[in-house]
Amino acid sequence: MPWHRKHLLTIEELSLAEIGQIHATAAAFKAILQRNEKKVPALRGKTIVNLFHEPSTRTRLAFEMAAKRLSADVISFDAASSSTQKGETLRDTAQNIQALNADMIVLRHGASGSPLYLSRLLDIPVVNAGDGAHEHPTQGLLDTFTMVEHLGSLRGRKVVILGDVLFSRVARSNIHALTKMGAAVTLVGPSTLVPAWFEDFGVTVSHDLKSALADAEVVMLLRIQHERQVSSHFPSLGEYTSVFGLNRTRAAWLNPRAIIMHPGPINRGVEIDSELADGPRSVILEQVSNGIAIRMAVLYLCAGGQPESVVSATE
Amino acid sequence: MPALWIRNARVIDPATRRHAVGDLFARDGVMVPRLSPADRKRARKIDATGLVACPGLVDIHVHFREPGQTHKETIGTGTRAAAAGGFTTVVCMPNTVPPADNAGTIQFIKDAVERDAVIKVYPTGGITMGLKGQVMAPIGSLKRAGIVAITDDGDCVQSNEMMRRALEYAKMFDLPLMDHCQDHSMTHDAVMNEGVMSVRLGLRGWPHAAEDLIVSRNIILAGLTGAHVHLQHISSRHSVGLIRRAKARGVRITAEGTPHHFALTEAALVGYDTNFKMNPPLRTEADRRAIIAGLRDGTLDCIATDHAPHTANEKDREFDFAPNGIIGLETALAVSLGVLVRQAKFKLPQVIDLLTRRPAELLHLPGGTLAPGAAADICLFDPTESWRYDAAAGMSKSANSPWHGQTLRGRVKMTIVDGRTVFAHGKIA
Repeated sequence: MPWHRKHLLTIEELSLAEIGQIHATAAAFKAILQRNEKKVPALRGKTIVNLFHEPSTRTRLAFEMAAKRLSADVISFDAASSSTQKGETLRDTAQNIQALNADMIVLRHGASGSPLYLSRLLDIPVVNAGDGAHEHPTQGLLDTFTMVEHLGSLRGRKVVILGDVLFSRVARSNIHALTKMGAAVTLVGPSTLVPAWFEDFGVTVSHDLKSALADAEVVMLLRIQHERQVSSHFPSLGEYTSVFGLNRTRAAWLNPRAIIMHPGPINRGVEIDSELADGPRSVILEQVSNGIAIRMAVLYLCAGGQPESVVSATE
Repeated sequence: MPALWIRNARVIDPATRRHAVGDLFARDGVMVPRLSPADRKRARKIDATGLVACPGLVDIHVHFREPGQTHKETIGTGTRAAAAGGFTTVVCMPNTVPPADNAGTIQFIKDAVERDAVIKVYPTGGITMGLKGQVMAPIGSLKRAGIVAITDDGDCVQSNEMMRRALEYAKMFDLPLMDHCQDHSMTHDAVMNEGVMSVRLGLRGWPHAAEDLIVSRNIILAGLTGAHVHLQHISSRHSVGLIRRAKARGVRITAEGTPHHFALTEAALVGYDTNFKMNPPLRTEADRRAIIAGLRDGTLDCIATDHAPHTANEKDREFDFAPNGIIGLETALAVSLGVLVRQAKFKLPQVIDLLTRRPAELLHLPGGTLAPGAAADICLFDPTESWRYDAAAGMSKSANSPWHGQTLRGRVKMTIVDGRTVFAHGKIA
């Protein structure tokens, strides 16, 4: 089946087959990344603009590195140093970027739905690098890719997403990817941050950490986004840690071969103890590495590449 | 001005319980039971065969943006949009720039109406200075300047004490108080209804409870003070229930429902289209049905549009940043016919009642009837004609409508104010 999508806006709109195509393409790029010569000519002559309206370390670096590995020219800028500060709208900024002959835009923006909005305005592909509390599709793709590497098929696997689900785009993209892939997803966290409405996604909502973690094969922690929450959502970081923080005692409730994931940035000692974040079950840094292969796959496919021609595109 | 003779119309006038095919007569801008033979000979005759003739529609909730935001709408363009929608009387909200919280601004609005309006416009004044909820506006002076109600529309008065005192004070002048019911402490940064859909879209939601709380507060304070509180654009099914029970107890409250809240739900937000963004937001199917039920049993007293123009520039943004509000004057009748008559099986006279007699009576406005002696404010419409609504080609200065591009059924053919045709054949006369 050929890839036909120009934009990557959400995981919600992807089919299981499309997720599989991205994963397979990423696997091919990952093999290449382990070679001496890591750069491939697939997007030579193309210009990719990373348009970041919110702070980011991992996502922005990974997109930048992915573009460079594909031989694209990449320009990254953040809104803090752009004409946005002079009142330029997203629409105008994006149309100017297109007029400058960019071939693709990677957008990180605080307003949910803004990548969809841009995709309707522009002729060039738009890749969502995180929009508000909506979706962060490449994160969901790299997380599920990492899970598959460790567990094989995710069908029937118990995956726990723990923390601030309400404000998390990472959680939403993972929920969509995991439910499509057949995993049994449990969301756990304070009732103010994990409302029962999430059950509409086909997942289990729990506020009891012990029963939620029991036999889980994956626990994905989410960062407590204190910059987004209004003070009424939970009493304090200390209280959060005492009720929901992952520590050695609680990690023992997990399935013995469970992996511990976190999309970063980590609040050490808040949602997870350092010894677990740095411990043998943690795959947090693997997630970061896989993030490059996933973003290479997404950029390559949205630029018109086909999954089966990755190898020839790399010669 | 020659006499007016509308022939062979399906006349629907809920105020006089008239519903029959027949003729309408007006002389000197006033409805008369018949014309003398001499008047008949000279009368302007309008063949209304196949058309409904009803009182000119009345909308007690519009934003005409003048003074201060005339790039969005003016009293000239807003009243033309109203005329095109069959409206002959509207009540405009005070959230202008500057706000209508003083007699001078009311006079400015009245002057603009005198100069530019093609239909009748009644102003409202603020409850509080700057609509900020802190200091009571000069309600007595506003009344003398010509307002028909007070409201901080869009900025719900948060202080219960301020609300209580404003109600007591306004009662002295027999002025209704219209409230946009929203507890701000529960709706920080909210841009849509809170629930499954807001969780799916990753947008901040505002719970119906934030409306229900203020509706309850207003019911309690209406009971305490005996003043008339009118609850604007009810969006929550629980609020409909609260109002129903309060009315049964005889509390002096009234309420309105908008076409968008009875026609649309939050499901329309799936594409983040800002022409579905308004406040209070679209809610669920159960809420939509409750609003229809409220209009059916009289819990909700009238239909009002909350016509809220914004330019394409302002609306064409990320969903979070676009302003709230949609225009509605040119589509209200067709949408009401589609949802209430054709889907919900209301009788046509009941829908006409909700758009004419009841809103007029609620604010003690003249109009809303074709009774002899009333102003000859008349709407002629074809209840079955299908037409494609092009918001950009409409009379409003703005085009922010969720019905843009849709085929609607039921079309206004002519609008008459004081016996003069102000809208006919798709044009302002």
